[in-house]
Amino acid sequence: MLAHKKNRRQLALLLPILLPVVLISVLPLMRGVYLGFTDYRLGDEVHFNGYENYVQLFHDTFFWQSFRVGIVWTVAVTAGQILLGLGLALLLNTRIRFSSIYAVLMLVPWAMPPIIRGIVWRQLFDLDTGAVNVIFSALGIIDKPINWLSSFEYAIPAVIIAGIWGEVPKAAVFLLAGLQAIPHSLYEAARIDGASRSNELRHITLPSLKPILAAIVSLSFMWNFNTFGIVWVLTQGGPGGLTRLPMLAAYEEAFRYGYVGYAAAIGNVMVVVISLILFAYLRIELKERISPAKV
Amino acid sequence: MTKKKKILFTAGTHAGLILFISFLLFPLFWLTVTSLKSTTEIYSGSANMFPHIISWSHYASVVREEHILQSMWNSLIVGIISTIGSVALALPASYALVRYKSPANNAVLGWILSSQIFPAVLLVIPLYVILRNLHMTDSLFGLSLVYIVWSLPFVLWMLHGYMKGVPVELEEAAMMDGATTTQVLFRVLFPILLPAIGASAVFSFVSSWNEFFFALVLLKRPDYITLPVELAQYTGMEGQARTGPLAAASVIATIPSLLVFIVMRRWFASGLIAGAVKE
Repeated sequence: MLAHKKNRRQLALLLPILLPVVLISVLPLMRGVYLGFTDYRLGDEVHFNGYENYVQLFHDTFFWQSFRVGIVWTVAVTAGQILLGLGLALLLNTRIRFSSIYAVLMLVPWAMPPIIRGIVWRQLFDLDTGAVNVIFSALGIIDKPINWLSSFEYAIPAVIIAGIWGEVPKAAVFLLAGLQAIPHSLYEAARIDGASRSNELRHITLPSLKPILAAIVSLSFMWNFNTFGIVWVLTQGGPGGLTRLPMLAAYEEAFRYGYVGYAAAIGNVMVVVISLILFAYLRIELKERISPAKV
Repeated sequence: MTKKKKILFTAGTHAGLILFISFLLFPLFWLTVTSLKSTTEIYSGSANMFPHIISWSHYASVVREEHILQSMWNSLIVGIISTIGSVALALPASYALVRYKSPANNAVLGWILSSQIFPAVLLVIPLYVILRNLHMTDSLFGLSLVYIVWSLPFVLWMLHGYMKGVPVELEEAAMMDGATTTQVLFRVLFPILLPAIGASAVFSFVSSWNEFFFALVLLKRPDYITLPVELAQYTGMEGQARTGPLAAASVIATIPSLLVFIVMRRWFASGLIAGAVKE
């Protein structure tokens, strides 16, 4: 086939996505990043103001607070969902009876929109009628009902538990797919050599799973850092801004107060923070994977 | 392994799974129970695991509230348009990515990866302006367009991964018989790719059905609002009267995605394995 003809054919196949992607994703993103360097307020004109927003952010205690809780939330939810998801995937991968029923049932939290997840956990954590207080009281864990979501002590852990619960299925589904893609021959060879189950896990399963584990950790990290809906319903960022994740902070700046430029600046800092953390994580991951081969 | 050990292992696995699944299912169970209790029982202070008398009144009041039904309908329409749209757009594109090598591929793959990093807040204001210029704000189609592009990275990635595993000889044989690229795509590849297409469709339907942020900002007219936005309006002001209907509406809102998962279960699993993992 002639080269230019081939190019044209490829272009024809790509064109249907290029147009919407450029119009709905690339252009607005570039514009959004640019707005982070302006003093744009809703309805006003756009004026470039260099790094002024970032100087202001640096002195903004609410901003620091929201990023601190953002990091705590992201690390905790990602770690929790991966660990529980891995456990669930390993159990399901034993292919015992009913495993396909379990595999469908575990998807339930994923089938609930984040808003509904928030609604459910609000009801579960409710002071008077919530199941958490009822069960914990019955088990003797607490003496009197606790108002979990508005307590300074428990609001963050409570929100994190709801978050982990909602994100476990996604992690489990991908990790299960990863486990099922590991060639059976590896296990058969190990069994001939008399390897125990824990040895199999350590020397075959986890190393084979590493690429997909790194991928799902990175993706979950990005998704969790950008969380909005569930916390919006659970606490609206309260009590006292304690659970105000970066996306909530940015939303409030833009749509409650109209400081769109400032909100976009928060968005830009989010991008930089996630990129740095992911870069560090993937560097460690890749190094680990390369070094044993050298030895 | 000895037989005794094997039985223990199986029992332990079931116990572990049941524990896990109970944790994952309990909130929906609680929601369902609440939705079936009468308002007096919800606030009687004795939070029972099962309702004394099953009352359908909350479901009845959800059906009576036209706003909620309308918003469900809107969510369904947006979900269906964006699912069909993202798969239809991604199919030829992923074919181009796998079968032709060019700099355009790197640009598309780069976009797939980098798009996940950007928070929606950076996108949404400029997007609003663009949609307004296209006369597509406050339109279900405009929102669907946003969702199509929003789920494209993942759908592209899955189809691209799956298509890589399809031998090129199949297409060459069809080409020899005089088939055009379009015919190859839809007659030869489509049937082979069905599991991956199914998995992508599930993914994009569920992500559209669940999405909240864009819908919150981009839609203002009450009759175009999607279900998550509609239900979010009721939280924060749930007095005694609200808890029951909110629970009932939430149960109903869970059903479509759950059905999609159940019906597409087999495709979902096999499409994911090959599409997302083989890299």
